[in-house]
Amino acid sequence: MKYFRSHILVCKDPDCIHKGAHEVMDALQDELVAEGLINEIQVLETSRIGNCWNGPEMMVYPEGIHYTNLTVDDIPYLVEEHFLKGRIATRFVEPEKSVKDEELGAPKSKEIRVVLRNCGKIDPENIEDYIAEDGYAALGKALTEMSPTQVIETVLASGLRGRGGAGFPAARKWSFVAAKQGSDKFLICNADEGDPGAFMNRRVLESDPHAVLEGMIIAAYAAGIKQGYIYCRAEYPIAVKTLNIAINQARAMGLLGKDILGSGFDFDLEVRMGAGAFVCGEETALMASIEGKRGEPRPRPPFPADSGLWGKPSNVNNVETYANVPQIILKGADWYASMGNEKSKGTKTFAIAGDVNNTGLIEVPFGISLREIVFDVCGGIKDGKQFKAIQTGGPMGGCLPASQLDLPMDYESMTAAGSMMGSGGLIVMDEDTCMVDIARFFMEFTQDESCGKCTPCRVGTRRILEILNRICEGKGRHGDIETLELLCKEIKSTSLCGLGQGAPTPVESTLKHFREEYEAHIFQKKCPAKVCKSLISYEIQPDICTGCTVCSRNCPVEAINGERRQAHKIDPDVCVRCGICMQVCNFNAIIVN
Amino acid sequence: MNSAVISALANDPVNNTDQKSIIDSIINENRTRPGATMVILNEVQSQIGFISESMQSYIAQTLRVPVSTIHGVVSFYSFFTTQPRGKHTIKFCMGTACYVGGTPQLIEKAKQALGIDMGQTTPDGKITLEVCRCVGACSQAPVIVVDDETLGRVKPSKFPQVVRQCQE
Repeated sequence: MKYFRSHILVCKDPDCIHKGAHEVMDALQDELVAEGLINEIQVLETSRIGNCWNGPEMMVYPEGIHYTNLTVDDIPYLVEEHFLKGRIATRFVEPEKSVKDEELGAPKSKEIRVVLRNCGKIDPENIEDYIAEDGYAALGKALTEMSPTQVIETVLASGLRGRGGAGFPAARKWSFVAAKQGSDKFLICNADEGDPGAFMNRRVLESDPHAVLEGMIIAAYAAGIKQGYIYCRAEYPIAVKTLNIAINQARAMGLLGKDILGSGFDFDLEVRMGAGAFVCGEETALMASIEGKRGEPRPRPPFPADSGLWGKPSNVNNVETYANVPQIILKGADWYASMGNEKSKGTKTFAIAGDVNNTGLIEVPFGISLREIVFDVCGGIKDGKQFKAIQTGGPMGGCLPASQLDLPMDYESMTAAGSMMGSGGLIVMDEDTCMVDIARFFMEFTQDESCGKCTPCRVGTRRILEILNRICEGKGRHGDIETLELLCKEIKSTSLCGLGQGAPTPVESTLKHFREEYEAHIFQKKCPAKVCKSLISYEIQPDICTGCTVCSRNCPVEAINGERRQAHKIDPDVCVRCGICMQVCNFNAIIVN
Repeated sequence: MNSAVISALANDPVNNTDQKSIIDSIINENRTRPGATMVILNEVQSQIGFISESMQSYIAQTLRVPVSTIHGVVSFYSFFTTQPRGKHTIKFCMGTACYVGGTPQLIEKAKQALGIDMGQTTPDGKITLEVCRCVGACSQAPVIVVDDETLGRVKPSKFPQVVRQCQE
């Protein structure tokens, strides 16, 4: 074999050919011959390397320099600069992509990426990209070197707990199903990530679908399961598409289907789509939905491991749980257990939204404090405002105030503080957020998404919402707070599934930590954060208003009047207090009372 | 039967040869799969655009299940609609981040611009307005989804432009 000091890969995609890739390659070879370099440098054809809209393009290895926008006339200069003088011909180097990955970006301080390690780095629609990053090596190891029991023991020793929120040790669930006789068992991946503000699973499914597939195949091997389903919510059409591509590629490579990797183990997978029902994230409702029924939950026990999908033993785990598995098998239980704290091991992905400087996805080890997440990883509160509350655990979680910021982020601490871990949505709120309004917002959500099967959830959430609406409208009464507390307690203890049991948490936690705001709404008829529409009014300060008319043009109800270049005025009877005028005003002339 | 009912029936996909054959092929392709109901309804919804009462009866008959079962499923999930939607659908994300980030203001603006309420279709049948659950694009709040395209950081002042594109 002949050795070359450098390789040039020229893109021969139809787009690049159209733009003259053949001619550029010929010129390149001629020039290398003329300079006497043809024995040192190899020129190869390749398929698409960039996006071809600035072709012809080529890649130079070992440096990995990507040259674009080449013409035949540029070749002598390029060869002289790069291959004779050893300098990069910066003129043809594609500038850094200006498209920023707003969700993820580069790892921030204190982040450790296990589940998100490949996101944004590999092409999710190409299985070879995943394989190049050690993909399916764990599957090979599990199938050829480990028995199902060893797989369960390894994952158990790693301390991996269910990432859907409940935090049950994943491998223990597998062992329950593994103990069942018969081959009619099902493996289910819960990709019904319905919590508003949570999008960790969507990102993993869209950017690294094979990690989830590989985790599922390993789990199926451990539990002795032949058929799997991924239940994905209908709001994620791209995730469904990527998953289907990934499944087909894995099947074509013999990583799914009969006799996987020649081990004699059979397993196949199918994606099933939801149709917009939040409660289907609850495992019994999810299984009802896969069966083609209304997605209503049922009491547990029997647990899915005993009687799940079509009454057969089934294992349900979350996307993130499965995505962790290949790394644990590959790097070992000790490596995984070295991250996190005593009871919660490994890392957790969070979707951060709200009033922090860096919103998006993060992955941090368990045990990190909320303060570190908000101020170190996420860069603190936007616009120099004050931190007010952090909402953890989605609509079934609670709001924690500044005094709780030093809590470690793990399953037990969150539950003890009156919130929950949940699937990982974190919403940070600044001083301008009204906690009563936030509680009302979550109640509106749960009330609407309650499936209606059990009375405490169906009727109780409606009653709470009515009281909260009244309070926000300034019609709160003496005794409302006590009624709320009673309702919360009752709904929590008598509801059928997690939705009802968790529904009162936002109200309970805001009552606990922000009781004075409720009191201000009820007794002083004031909204301290100036959010609740019935309790505020907008006013234009005549000395600041320049009469630019931008507010009156944007007002949806034409409540603002005034001549051009004259101070404007808001008619409080017409105004719907939408706040658009305040947003659009360039002179900060509009204030809230 | 009054004339409105008759014309609605005449326009129903089950009475339209092309659309009926689409429904038939969806049913035939999927009927043997376990849990076929959801798969079939999802496909019909996405290809026909809605699942009318007569379509529900037809699917029930073909699958040999009671109409109440099909209707129960259709009415349970928010993605299934029994009425045709407009040519374009604009959905407003009501996830927490979007709610805090200004979806309520956007909705006000949209209602004013089109003169219809959420869940309604413009009289010319071009645009339907809907609110939807979190689409998971929270870092770009507030978000609207126009047909299949997600638009982030939408300001009320940008909304008329979105409407114009839909009307073209």
